[in-house]
Amino acid sequence: MQKQLTINGHLKPWREGMTVQDALDLMNYTFRMLVVKINGKVVLRQDYASTQIPEGAEVLVIHMISGG
Amino acid sequence: MKSQEYFLERDPIAFPLWQKAVVGIAGAGGLGSNIAMLLARAGIGKLIISDFDVVTLSNLGRQAFTLEQVGMHKVEAVAQNIAKVNPFTLLEIHKLRLDDDKVRQLFHNVDVMIEAFDTADAKTMLIECFSRYFPDIPLICASGLAGYGRSEEIRIVQDGSLYVVGDQSSQLRGGIAPISARVMIVAAMQANLALERIACKSS
Repeated sequence: MQKQLTINGHLKPWREGMTVQDALDLMNYTFRMLVVKINGKVVLRQDYASTQIPEGAEVLVIHMISGG
Repeated sequence: MKSQEYFLERDPIAFPLWQKAVVGIAGAGGLGSNIAMLLARAGIGKLIISDFDVVTLSNLGRQAFTLEQVGMHKVEAVAQNIAKVNPFTLLEIHKLRLDDDKVRQLFHNVDVMIEAFDTADAKTMLIECFSRYFPDIPLICASGLAGYGRSEEIRIVQDGSLYVVGDQSSQLRGGIAPISARVMIVAAMQANLALERIACKSS
């Protein structure tokens, strides 16, 4: 069976070595300011390319938009 | 005037918890100036508010300030307005630009933290920093409030102790500031959520 992870509630295929950046590319999330949490833990922006996502992870991507 | 005379008809369960609570507010603009007033009216015991900026004429379109307050530091103007409404809420105000160290220093003992910044960069900085140092303290942020109408699109996304209020899609269009009513909806939802988190804490 295809291994999976969840990104903002959507089941997506997972592969060994998949990074946060790979997940953002997969979802076409190109927004400039994002907050990413993996299994409840915030991943810093500078670590997107080096942080691997574990199989079955719950990934939350929040779009941060100016205005307040 | 005594506080017993002032605080009448209050919720017997929630109000005593709000009186003991400390809430941090990062930013005293469209969101922060309104949130601070809402929380003071509800009877939050202490507010810690930071903002480096001063009130300008264009701010009056959505921020809880008056013509006479143009040129004042926003945190001082907020304090002045709250003192006129509820003199019993303690205010700790800071005229500064927040960074990693300052966030840790100023907000280490809040019960709830509210992100009320204007720019996406500042919002992201606060989430990354506050979540790292204080992962268990509720952090209530805002994202996506530009324009008018579409009230029903404003929602709350929660993940652990992080809450984000807004539509997560409306972007500011060139030169047009956020508009008072929609900013106020988000501010009120952030304040309401803060009151709920505090009231639920010991239940």
